[in-house]
Amino acid sequence: MGLERRGARLAGARIRARRLDLGLAQTALAQQVGISASYLNLIEHDRRRIGGRLLNAIARVLDLDPAQIAQGADGALVGRLEAAAAQHDVPLADAEVLAGRFPGWAGLIAAQAARIETLEAQVAGLSDRLAHDPELSASLHQVITAATAIRSTASILTGGEALDRDWQARFHRNIHAESLRLAESSRRLAGFLEAPGTSDAALTPLDRVERFLDRMGHHVAALEGPNPALSPEEVAMGAPDLDPAAREVLRRWLVTYRADAQALPLEQVAQAWREAADPLGVAARLGCDLPRLLRRLATLPPGAGPAQVGFVACDAGGALGPRRALDGLTLSRGAAACPLWPLYEALSQPGRALRVRAAMPGESGAVVLCHAVGWIETGPDWAGPARPRAAMLMLREEGGAETSGAVPRREVGPGCRLCPRDACPARREPPLVPVRSDAL
Amino acid sequence: MARRVLLIEDEPNIIEAVSFILSRAGWTVHTHSDGASAVERVRAHPPELVILDAMLPGRSGFDILQELRQDAATRDLPVMMLTARGQARDRELALSLGATHFMTKPFSNAEVLDRVRDLAGG
Repeated sequence: MGLERRGARLAGARIRARRLDLGLAQTALAQQVGISASYLNLIEHDRRRIGGRLLNAIARVLDLDPAQIAQGADGALVGRLEAAAAQHDVPLADAEVLAGRFPGWAGLIAAQAARIETLEAQVAGLSDRLAHDPELSASLHQVITAATAIRSTASILTGGEALDRDWQARFHRNIHAESLRLAESSRRLAGFLEAPGTSDAALTPLDRVERFLDRMGHHVAALEGPNPALSPEEVAMGAPDLDPAAREVLRRWLVTYRADAQALPLEQVAQAWREAADPLGVAARLGCDLPRLLRRLATLPPGAGPAQVGFVACDAGGALGPRRALDGLTLSRGAAACPLWPLYEALSQPGRALRVRAAMPGESGAVVLCHAVGWIETGPDWAGPARPRAAMLMLREEGGAETSGAVPRREVGPGCRLCPRDACPARREPPLVPVRSDAL
Repeated sequence: MARRVLLIEDEPNIIEAVSFILSRAGWTVHTHSDGASAVERVRAHPPELVILDAMLPGRSGFDILQELRQDAATRDLPVMMLTARGQARDRELALSLGATHFMTKPFSNAEVLDRVRDLAGG
């Protein structure tokens, strides 16, 4: 079904649904807009197209905005509802009607479905942690081992059979030693399982670091200048609500930050960016490598660099480091991200600067100007493995038609499960909801 | 002559308790605590039954079991695996590798004795 045809059909359904909601007879509506009831019937049943004055007249009588009839409910909201419906065997066709008639309730359902998905991902993460965390595994093993020794030994002592004094003394000592071990390993286990907070218990260390950096605006004034007020370790130690693992992730991030700040002083970068807002040109002018400049541009204070910026970096396994979202848009860590983001292409072409306009699906899908580059870390010794990495700076397009035209456009997505593009060569798995021709 | 059991376990207090109950029941219990040399120990003095812990220093009990099953001389040797992790996948792994029986810790002494008698044929 073509886009126009589908829109017309949905327009007719929306008119009919609204008319019935208002308790208005087909004849009455037809009279009020100056057409015959049979013609209105054809419109409502997808046999005649509607537009122009007639659309406006019907919209006025039905007390709707003409665009609401022509385009329907918010496409993104419908998409989220359909994604939720697909998991519960609810007819997808009702999503648009629900979104159009009860947008508030529809928004609530969509938000709760998204929340459930997030919580499920966190539960999966926790389950994975329980299954594979070496600290937990070691503590559990010690508890069970001590319990085994105590149970078996106590059973011998209380078994009713005579034991000589030496054996008795020996088994008592063993039980005492094992009880001490049990107490210690139980305490460690309890400490491990104790949530650091109720609301963020399920967050990973990277999630916590990202939250901290978001609060800081990804800029750390204490690490700026020739004589910074604090060291990276001091900043990491002072960061609130972080567990040791998150603190270590943050410390590493801060060490890199300080090195970048030292190599690219704030005023120098800000001045260069004001003169020409092009990362490659700025890197050349300042004589620094592109990955460092991309990182630096993502950590400047407001007014010193790009107005809106996102940043993400990954290693060869595709694992993402602390991300900075651009208006809420970033690459997925929980679900597999779309491999068409230039970040991943940069991994395979170390040293080549890539600039791409990445377009998200949908008519209102965001278009992001991406600058990506890959490089290979080596060392610290000759025998160490090479470690490919890539970084990507994401900027909002700022109406520069001239620039936009020169930069290739690429269609990316939110990851296969949520992406509606059916003809995508990079698709790994089917989407949660059937592909909508008008969502591409 | 007393029948011989080899207990491959690295926790001294478990070794002592299990050795005691088996010895009292008439078994000669040999013990070995190092995973890396466990297979050689079995080959050098084949017992009638092996009680094998899954987590050992040097080499895992699963690896040891696998090697025992690949050797014609020890392929049919009864092996009872002990593990502190009772997850289904550990049980499946042990049984798929050829464990004769799988027992999770903490076990009861009576359970160990019963199983040893069963596996060694009385």
